[in-house]
Amino acid sequence: MEQKNKYSIIVPTYNERLNIALIVYLIFKHLRSRDVDFEIIVVDDGSPDGTQEVVKQLQKLYGEDHILLRPRPKKLGLGTAYIHGLKHASGNFVVIMDADLSHHPKYLPSFIKKQLETGASIVTGTRYSKGGGVHGWNLMRKLTSRGANVLAQTLLWPGVSDLTGSFRLYRKSVLEDVISSCVSKGYVFQMEMIVRASREGYHIEEVPITFVDRVFGSSKLGGSEIVEYLKGLVYLLVTT
Amino acid sequence: MTQFRGRAYQKHVLKIFSLLVVISALWIGLLQASIIPQSHTWLLPIYFIVSLGCYGLLMVGVGLMRFPTCPQEALLLQQDIGEAKDFLKQRGVDVGSE
Repeated sequence: MEQKNKYSIIVPTYNERLNIALIVYLIFKHLRSRDVDFEIIVVDDGSPDGTQEVVKQLQKLYGEDHILLRPRPKKLGLGTAYIHGLKHASGNFVVIMDADLSHHPKYLPSFIKKQLETGASIVTGTRYSKGGGVHGWNLMRKLTSRGANVLAQTLLWPGVSDLTGSFRLYRKSVLEDVISSCVSKGYVFQMEMIVRASREGYHIEEVPITFVDRVFGSSKLGGSEIVEYLKGLVYLLVTT
Repeated sequence: MTQFRGRAYQKHVLKIFSLLVVISALWIGLLQASIIPQSHTWLLPIYFIVSLGCYGLLMVGVGLMRFPTCPQEALLLQQDIGEAKDFLKQRGVDVGSE
């Protein structure tokens, strides 16, 4: 007898009062019609803007078995947010995505389809392949992104085209396995996850996604971010 | 080999190290065999590093030129947001302007 798949979508939030409502609507729009069994786990880090109140309204509308609110008292970081969400995940697959609508839920069916077709342990969204793309980046931002990617590819041979992306589908057991050994923060954390998974030999597939950067201007990459990135690369080079 | 949860794999940095050892061995071999004039052979590592650097810059440049963009996605997103707001407002979810 085939086990039916259930997808736990973990969305960490901080001050995403409006976006969380929009993203929940879009997730339902694109998954409900396809007879997919899913739940959305909102891990809110004590947002002062009333995000949790909006989530409670969404729960009334969509049901508490589909929307789980699992908050934390304050900003505690992305990695621990995933770990916290994982504890409450009842699905056998886990999707991680950003709450600010840079990741569009319309790609969820293609993640699921790719996993079913290939049996992969991880399906990661790539902005850099054919069919993917980015909107809202100026030339400087594209340059640093491209430079960072070439450097990472040369040093790490990761086997994926988009290392810092955070729109991914994991088999739950695989996510639990990989996340326990990752110590980095921020986007280096996302890199560490996929590089470690690649080293471990997990089957990783990619789907093209489009990324709309709506936070114009605050996506700046300053000198300190570049230094952090380089430090992260060296760390990954040596420890994975 | 590195053990992780019972599974063994070779650390990445060891792979790179092995590759460098092989390249160095080839270079020393060339030095001793004198197929190419010594003066040129001594400069080979520099040529190698410079070529690597040029290749990297080329990859960055080409990638930048062919960087995939999707301007239509911003418009589609705006439409989706409008649709979502209409739906949710009618059903008692607070989607007032932030």
